[in-house]
Amino acid sequence: MLVIKNLTKRFNGQPIVEGFDLTVPSNGFTVLIGPSGCGKSTFFDLLMGIVPMDQGDLSWRGQTVIALKALAAYMQQSDLLLPWLTLERNACLPADVAGVPPKQSAARVEALFVKLGLEGFAHYLPAMVSGGMRQRCALARTLMFARDLVLLDEPLSSLDAITRRQLQAYLLLLQTEFKKSILMVTHDVEEALLLADDLLVLTAAPMRICERFRLDMPKPRDIADRSFLEIKARVLARLEKEASW
Amino acid sequence: MKRSFLFPLALFLVVLTAWEAFCRLGGIPDFILPPPTRILRVALGDAAILLPHAGITLVEILAGIALALTVAIPLAVGMHAQPAVERALAPFLIASQAVPVFALAPLLVVWLGYGLASKVLMAGVIIFFPITVSLLEGFKSCDRNYRILFQLMGASKLQALRKLYWPWALPYFFAGLKVGVSVATIGAVIGEWVGAQQGLGYVMIQANARLKVDLVFAAILWLSLMGVGLWALVGIIEKRWLWWKDASDSE
Repeated sequence: MLVIKNLTKRFNGQPIVEGFDLTVPSNGFTVLIGPSGCGKSTFFDLLMGIVPMDQGDLSWRGQTVIALKALAAYMQQSDLLLPWLTLERNACLPADVAGVPPKQSAARVEALFVKLGLEGFAHYLPAMVSGGMRQRCALARTLMFARDLVLLDEPLSSLDAITRRQLQAYLLLLQTEFKKSILMVTHDVEEALLLADDLLVLTAAPMRICERFRLDMPKPRDIADRSFLEIKARVLARLEKEASW
Repeated sequence: MKRSFLFPLALFLVVLTAWEAFCRLGGIPDFILPPPTRILRVALGDAAILLPHAGITLVEILAGIALALTVAIPLAVGMHAQPAVERALAPFLIASQAVPVFALAPLLVVWLGYGLASKVLMAGVIIFFPITVSLLEGFKSCDRNYRILFQLMGASKLQALRKLYWPWALPYFFAGLKVGVSVATIGAVIGEWVGAQQGLGYVMIQANARLKVDLVFAAILWLSLMGVGLWALVGIIEKRWLWWKDASDSE
């Protein structure tokens, strides 16, 4: 379980995140949704230690930590695949850096590629495949970090609507198949409702949680389902209220 | 034949024709301005004399390139790894280019003699700067998000250099190397002008003194061919090394 307490960050005296508390349960899918520019990506940078926090405490599985750098896998908005490496070698990067023998990491990636629908594309360059396939490769690379906590920063935002829908099923695998604890930020309400166990609506800067939705509907979810549409309307109403401030 | 190649070829032929016509119709003597056909005749007819000298100049240039690479790559890596090194060295690097090579040439001949060493150093001094600057710019241009990715993977500086910064900067490196090899002839020839007993620069000085302007032009022709050849060679190496770039560019 990840526990965040009183996380605060100011830039030039302006609070971006203030007194932020959050608990991400083990094997849970927690999604943060908020208006553009509310500080969602900065929040992840703070958690990962890329940007130092002014105040706050982090603990992972009961142990206090300074940052999640060495504990979490972080998937950013763009796929960040290296154009000179094949999909296989891109996915193997975390293992290569950790000194895992290439044959061993390639075998692990091969199995992941089968699960992520990339079978047969291991030796393609990123430029030779679609955006959706690149993002799946980035997901495979995230899984190669072999860490139990995964942070997803709008991982599907650069994709078209149809590809997004396909990839949401793969993101769900992180929880169901790979048993990860997931914290994701997104600005897509439908995506949030399809994936989240806990959906937290954020305020504009300074970022705070203004409403929490517990979603107990079974996954995969049906976007035409009545209860899904009801919650969607409530979340949208809350977001519109925040955006109007 | 590609259209992109046709246009410069056509322009080249127009210039040559105009030059030829100007010399022939204007009755310009060969010791003032020989026509292109005369230059070509001398360049090919005296090839037995010119080619050994061209070979010497080529060796000087290639050794200069090797020297420049030996200095430029570690220098750029060092400056990238330690910004303090860049701050300390930047003024000296710029100063090294602000001093005209003509001013350096006599000193280098005095220090290193009339042999190969002074010319190699002259060529090296000219080539190393564009390579260093381009490579450093390449390292610096690396996207912040990729740097963060490597940081989060726990990559050491050496791993990040090998797997990220170096391949990232290679297109910049080759751009600098192309500039370097194009101007490398200048360093070698100036070195030969100041003090040498062989090389195309030496031939040019000797021919000029005897008003054999056609031979001077023939030497220039061989020098130009050498420069273009080296540029093309770097292009071929670049294409082989950056084989992945075609796919990325056509994306």
